[in-house]
Amino acid sequence: MKIIISNSSSQPIYQQISQQIKAQIISGDLKEGEGLPSIRKLAQELHISVITTKRAYEELEKEGFIDTVGGKGTFVAVQNKELLREKKMKSIQDMMSEMVTEAQKLGIGLSELQEMLSILYGEDDYHE
Amino acid sequence: MTNTLEIKNLSKSYKDFELRNVSFTLPAGHIMGLIGPNGAGKTTIIKSIMNLVMKQAGEIKVFGLDHQSDETAIKKRIGFVYDTPNFYGHLNLKRLKGVIAPFYEQWDEATFTDLVNQFGLPMNKSLKKFSRGMTMKASIALALSHHADFLIMDEPTSGLDPVVRREMLEILRGIMQDEQKSVLFSSHVTTDIEQVADYITYIHHGRVVFCKTKDEVNEGYALVKGGNELLDADTRRNLIAVRSGQFGFEALTDDVQSARKVFGDSVVYDKATVEDIMFFHNLKAKAD
Repeated sequence: MKIIISNSSSQPIYQQISQQIKAQIISGDLKEGEGLPSIRKLAQELHISVITTKRAYEELEKEGFIDTVGGKGTFVAVQNKELLREKKMKSIQDMMSEMVTEAQKLGIGLSELQEMLSILYGEDDYHE
Repeated sequence: MTNTLEIKNLSKSYKDFELRNVSFTLPAGHIMGLIGPNGAGKTTIIKSIMNLVMKQAGEIKVFGLDHQSDETAIKKRIGFVYDTPNFYGHLNLKRLKGVIAPFYEQWDEATFTDLVNQFGLPMNKSLKKFSRGMTMKASIALALSHHADFLIMDEPTSGLDPVVRREMLEILRGIMQDEQKSVLFSSHVTTDIEQVADYITYIHHGRVVFCKTKDEVNEGYALVKGGNELLDADTRRNLIAVRSGQFGFEALTDDVQSARKVFGDSVVYDKATVEDIMFFHNLKAKAD
C-alpha cells in the first residue's frame, strides 16, 4: 500500500487517503482479503490524527471496499466483480461528462469529439 | 467510547484573572492540545485537574471519577510532566528511580529500562547536568513506567530544539498505539499541536474559544485575502476578524461557503493555520 498526503491540497486528508486506497483496490494492487494497517498505525506513520484515519476507513467501509473484523483488523473486502466493473464504468462516465463539458465550452461538436476519441483509441479507420 | 477527562463549567478567579465556565471532554485514546497565549489559563486548568489549585465551581472527572474525592485512585493512573521538572538535581536517574518507584504499586522495572535505552538516557549522570530535552524524556519515562493511562503535560516542548521536539512528538505517537492511553498537553507552539493533536482546545482570557477535532479546525477555517474596497458592514459579517493594510485585507472566516457566496472569485482563499486562527481570535477579542 502506498499513500502520499499533501498538506497544501484543498482536498481534505481523509479523502486523500480513502481515494488512494480505493484506486489501489480497483487497480488490483491491493487484493481481496489483504490486511490494511490499523487506524492507529496508519495515523502514526502518516503523522495525522486517528480521527482522520478512522474517517477514511469508515468511508471505505460504507462504500464496501473494506471490512473491519472486530479484534482482527481491517481487510480489503471481497469485491463483487460486477459491482467493481460498474464502479469503474462510473468513473469513466464521470471523466467523459467532464470531457463533454470542456468540449462544449470550446464549441467542439459531437462528430469532431468522436473523431478525436477514435484517434486516441487507435482506431484511425473510423471514417471508412 | 469512554472519556478520560470531562470538565464542566470549571471556574476559578484570582485578583487579576479568572477561568470562566471552562468545559471540554477528552475521549480515551486521543491527544488533546491545549493552546492559547501566555496567561490564557492553560496552567490553571491543568493545576485544577491535578487538584493543585482549588477550583471554585464546576466538575472535573478523570476516568469517570471525581478528581477530589477519588484523587488517590486517579493519580496512580496519571503521569504528570511539569514544564520545569523539579528533580533532585544531585541524584542520578538510577537513584531518582529508587525514590519514585516505591510510590507506585504498578511500577514496571522492565518498561523503565526499555524506555531509558530507547530515549538514550544515561543512568549514572547527575540530573542537574541533564539537558532540557533529556529532563523531559526522563519525566516521560518515569510516567510511563508506572503504566499511567493519562499523561498530562504542561508545555512539554517549550525550550526544546527542533530535533528533540520532533523526537518528543514521535514518542507521543508511539504511546498512542495503545488505545487506552490519553494525553493532554498545553503548548503555545501551535505547530506541535498541529502535528500530534486529535483535539484542539483553544483557551483565551480564561475561556474556551473552541474545542474541536483537528479536522474540524483544518476544514472549518480559511483565510480570505482581497482588496479593501470589498469590505463593508455586510461583507464583514462572514469574517471573524479583519487585518486591513495599505494594499488589501486579510481575514479569518469559519464559514467558507458563505464567504464564497459573498466574495466569489474576487478574493483569494487560503488555508488557515492554528496560528492564524489564534491571531485573528485575539484580534477579535481586542476589538470587542
